[in-house]
Amino acid sequence: MTHALELNGITKRFGTLTANDDVTLTLDQGEILALLGENGAGKTTLMNILFGHYAADEGAVRVFGAELPSGNPRAAIEAGVGMVHQHFTLAGNLTVLDNVMLGSEPLTRVRSARSDAQDKLMQIADKFGLPVMPEARVSTLSVGERQRVEILKALYRDARILILDEPTAVLARPEAIRLFETLRDMTKEGLSLIFISHKLHEVMAASDRVAVLRGGKMVAERTTSESSASELAELMVGRKVERPVRQDHKIGAPVLVANKIRVEDTDKARLDDVSFTVHAGEILGIVGVSGNGQAALGALLSGLMPPTAGELTLAGQDVSDLGPREVIRAGAGRVPEDRHAEGVVGELSLWENAVLERLRTPEFSRRGFVRQSAARAYSAKLIERFDIRGATPDTRIGLLSGGNMQKLILGRVLANNPRFVLANQPTRGLDEGAIAAVHAELLTARADGAAILLISEELEEAVALSDRIQAIVKGRLSEPISADEADPQRLGLMMAGVWTEDDDAA
Amino acid sequence: MRLERRTNVPLHLVVLAPLTAVFAALFLAAGLIAAAGVNPLAAYAEMLTGAFGSRLSITEMLTRATPLIFTGLAAAVAFRARLWNIGGEGQFFVGALVTAGLGHSLGVPGWIGIPLLMLAGMVAGALLLAGPAFLRLRFGVDEVVTTLLLNFIVILFVGLMIEGPMRDPLAFGWPSSVPVDGEFRLPELIPRSRLHIGLLFAIAAAAAVWMVLARTVFGAETRAAGMNASAAAFAGISLPRTIMGVALLSGALAGLAGSIEVMGVTAGVTTTMSPGFGYAGIVVAMLAALHPAGVVAAAVFVATVFVGADAMSRATGIPSFIADVIVALSLLTMLVALLLTTYRVRR
Amino acid sequence: MSDAIDLLLNTSLWAAVLRIATPLIFGVLGALLCERSGVLNLGIEGIMTMGAMSGWLAVYMGAPLLVGLLVAAICGALMGLLHATLTVPLGLSQHVSGLGITLFASALAYYLYRLLVEVGDLPPTIEAFEPLNVPLLSDIPILGPVLFSQALPTYLALFAVAVMAYVLARTPLGLAIRMTGENPHAVEAQGLNPIRIRIGAVAAGSALMAVGGAFLTTSAFNSFFPGMVQGRGWISIALVVFAGWRPGKALIGALLFAFFDAYQLRLQTAIEGVPYQLFLMAPYVLSIVALVLVARRAEVPAALMTPYRRGER
Repeated sequence: MTHALELNGITKRFGTLTANDDVTLTLDQGEILALLGENGAGKTTLMNILFGHYAADEGAVRVFGAELPSGNPRAAIEAGVGMVHQHFTLAGNLTVLDNVMLGSEPLTRVRSARSDAQDKLMQIADKFGLPVMPEARVSTLSVGERQRVEILKALYRDARILILDEPTAVLARPEAIRLFETLRDMTKEGLSLIFISHKLHEVMAASDRVAVLRGGKMVAERTTSESSASELAELMVGRKVERPVRQDHKIGAPVLVANKIRVEDTDKARLDDVSFTVHAGEILGIVGVSGNGQAALGALLSGLMPPTAGELTLAGQDVSDLGPREVIRAGAGRVPEDRHAEGVVGELSLWENAVLERLRTPEFSRRGFVRQSAARAYSAKLIERFDIRGATPDTRIGLLSGGNMQKLILGRVLANNPRFVLANQPTRGLDEGAIAAVHAELLTARADGAAILLISEELEEAVALSDRIQAIVKGRLSEPISADEADPQRLGLMMAGVWTEDDDAA
Repeated sequence: MRLERRTNVPLHLVVLAPLTAVFAALFLAAGLIAAAGVNPLAAYAEMLTGAFGSRLSITEMLTRATPLIFTGLAAAVAFRARLWNIGGEGQFFVGALVTAGLGHSLGVPGWIGIPLLMLAGMVAGALLLAGPAFLRLRFGVDEVVTTLLLNFIVILFVGLMIEGPMRDPLAFGWPSSVPVDGEFRLPELIPRSRLHIGLLFAIAAAAAVWMVLARTVFGAETRAAGMNASAAAFAGISLPRTIMGVALLSGALAGLAGSIEVMGVTAGVTTTMSPGFGYAGIVVAMLAALHPAGVVAAAVFVATVFVGADAMSRATGIPSFIADVIVALSLLTMLVALLLTTYRVRR
Repeated sequence: MSDAIDLLLNTSLWAAVLRIATPLIFGVLGALLCERSGVLNLGIEGIMTMGAMSGWLAVYMGAPLLVGLLVAAICGALMGLLHATLTVPLGLSQHVSGLGITLFASALAYYLYRLLVEVGDLPPTIEAFEPLNVPLLSDIPILGPVLFSQALPTYLALFAVAVMAYVLARTPLGLAIRMTGENPHAVEAQGLNPIRIRIGAVAAGSALMAVGGAFLTTSAFNSFFPGMVQGRGWISIALVVFAGWRPGKALIGALLFAFFDAYQLRLQTAIEGVPYQLFLMAPYVLSIVALVLVARRAEVPAALMTPYRRGER
């Protein structure tokens, strides 16, 4: 029997990095295959090759027995391959129908057949239980609705093999469950599916087979029902997972207190009636599906967005209206959500980035001139203390790996002995080794008495590191629960907005 | 074909880039010269002798380079912060106008008056660019178009002033403004030439700009804001203050160009006193890869082309517009050359 | 003062509005097409100059007027291809490349003109487009001379507005262009090539710009001289923002602007004692004001000026 999909000996290199190393993989019709691996293992690269975004250096792809020309998304689409990207490939200013129709008609056509296209779209939407409004502008849709459009795009082009890249990264648990139900229904209609994930519980629950990638190589294939989460975890990382463990200790006095904070952005409330307290020696974890106010919370605590109502105090001092520099001087340290966009200036050197937020302090400047030798010495110390590899003070920081860049960002924060640390998605996009290093540093800071607020989309990380946890939903915070009470069930409900017996979230 | 970022840029490439760009531009322009029926090598020989062949030509070339250094610095500073100041031409003229206007009857000795007038020129240029900068910061209006349109407005204004309130009654035929007082004419640097000490001021300005960009907090903040505005904001750098500061500095430098040109060369203001110093300054800045030191060298190159082309034109009959062609081509070839220093080309 | 009002009642003013608007209409449409696909083309001033020179030169050398426009369009497209090559596959700064193209195209135009044309005391002239009187319609009082006695390029400009509006809104090609300006990754993900689309849009847009320039030398005037484009290219760039990147509004913007320009020209002779330069300044000042008014609400194509690099997010 012909496989629906065969990847044979796929190899892809980027400069000195081998992203995919002789990877072989099959998919049968009606099957759901999970592609599992930690960040940087090469899963997305492999799927990008399948879909034609990249051309493989070696190896071949066969779809229903026919060889697929490489590096050609059009050929992939015509062969029946569709992809739901992790970062949606949608244009916000255009309508759902526009986004779906694009590319389905020859460019030489004199008139677009919009009403026919709309009929076809609605038929597909009905068939697969993915309701949409064709004339709605994509920018007005929620994340879940946008994902539906991404899926419909592929189905509209008659995809028979559907690739989904981290499909639940932006979904709340109920939505994620619904998605997997929909995917299972699709297989009954004859589709074959591959989904990329690094979440073990999902893989165990939703897939028929699992393929594990590690360091660019295919290390194992298993039938899901015959494997276990711990076996897969070990295959994924290659050794016993060794993340540092939080030790219980006595929590100190309140350090950062937020009282009834409201943050508005052009009349819309991004944070509403938010109150929390972070004590010395404590990690307070804020969990939630992305898009529920985490960005506003991060901006508030970074000194970038003042509250429209309510107060924020740090060690007794009102810091509500302070900007980044002042809030640092008041004793705060901030690790931003996106290290490339906000954390570092890629073109500048490591030492310049190390002191960028403290340029106007007497330590690093005098009478308007930068004290370069002091800054270089400081950054050399950071490199040593925080084990930043592959760098000297003068290395252009954009050349560092994600993990080492994050170590610098964390280092410049912690070297200042802050009273309070904001850690916003501190391990996003990092491999296991770097994640362990970051966790170790955060726990050490906690042991030294810092008050840490951790915003994370990874439940496992939040539970492992936090003393107490609160969920953020639509800009509001739930009551805190202690880490001992935080089981996945409870957290899932909290993240979906079910906070009391009376709440019934959608 | 794919572009792959280089891990480090070897020094020889940094120097080679502008040289390659210039060579490529000259090579392409040679085609146009040949099309005119003239031997390109002979033509370029004429250009070189036209610029370097005699004491007079060298001093002429350096006199031409002086305002280019200033406008080049103005563009380099602004572009570093991603402030697209295309208004160098207008800023040059307001600096010139203010200098001629104030300097006509200012009753102070030269050693006070000259710095004062330089300052006035800087203030005028700074204020002119502050307008578009403010519109960008407050209303989000792109400064490219506003600075460009201001150039046209300023030239008209200059015409208005020198045909009206600032008219020089002694000018024959061509309207000119009243001249600055003789007290405030810049002393010559080389006797019996037009080369004046403004060149030294220009080189000093280049050194000062280098110092500001490389060593001061403001310079570091400017560079960070230009490279990654959101990271700079996260680090607490005030983008509005930085942009406005850059605008004032850039405008001041271009205004100073006009001021020094009036005090050093023309004495009065005419609508034709600038053969596009403002726009050429942009080319100078790009050829210098926005480095203040490179600006001096690039200004000399551009001045050489312009002065040499005049001589070349007289000798060979080729339209002197070939100079503008060469300079414009250099800008484009430099863009490509910069690309090759930052990226490796991979199959 | 009453003279100023009387001027408004003069049909020749309104006929002039359409005439003065023509190069702007081409310019705005061209810039709009480039920007809709995601590329800012600051080469417009130079491309219009090149179009003016090449169109005129073709006619001077014996070609029919329409062929002159075609020659201008081709020259414009070539300049556009240069800009597109630098900014799209090579991903270089759209600002700097555009400025370079303006400088280069202008310089090249002046150089070639000086080289190929004998200029005496007065620049040589050609036989320009004559106004085309549409039978019957041009006899209607007021509307007749204004709308139906224009030169051919003006009718072409109006036709171009309709074509561009239709193509952008109703054809698959138009959708592809719009999408490329909003999210080129989305275009690639649907099997199309955003690089080719951008290059094509920039070339076509530049052709339109050049025709706008050619109008100046083959219709409005009948000779070429340096500096004749007078900033109309920059004004077109401003008008694109004012038009919200829509062809219909672009037409309105161009007409509005042309009205002020035509009016100002006539006011100069009507009102005495005011230096003429102040009148000439008005169009530029107005453009800046227009930009400020619409800036906040501007719905910029989301991927404008973002270079597209395959595989990069």
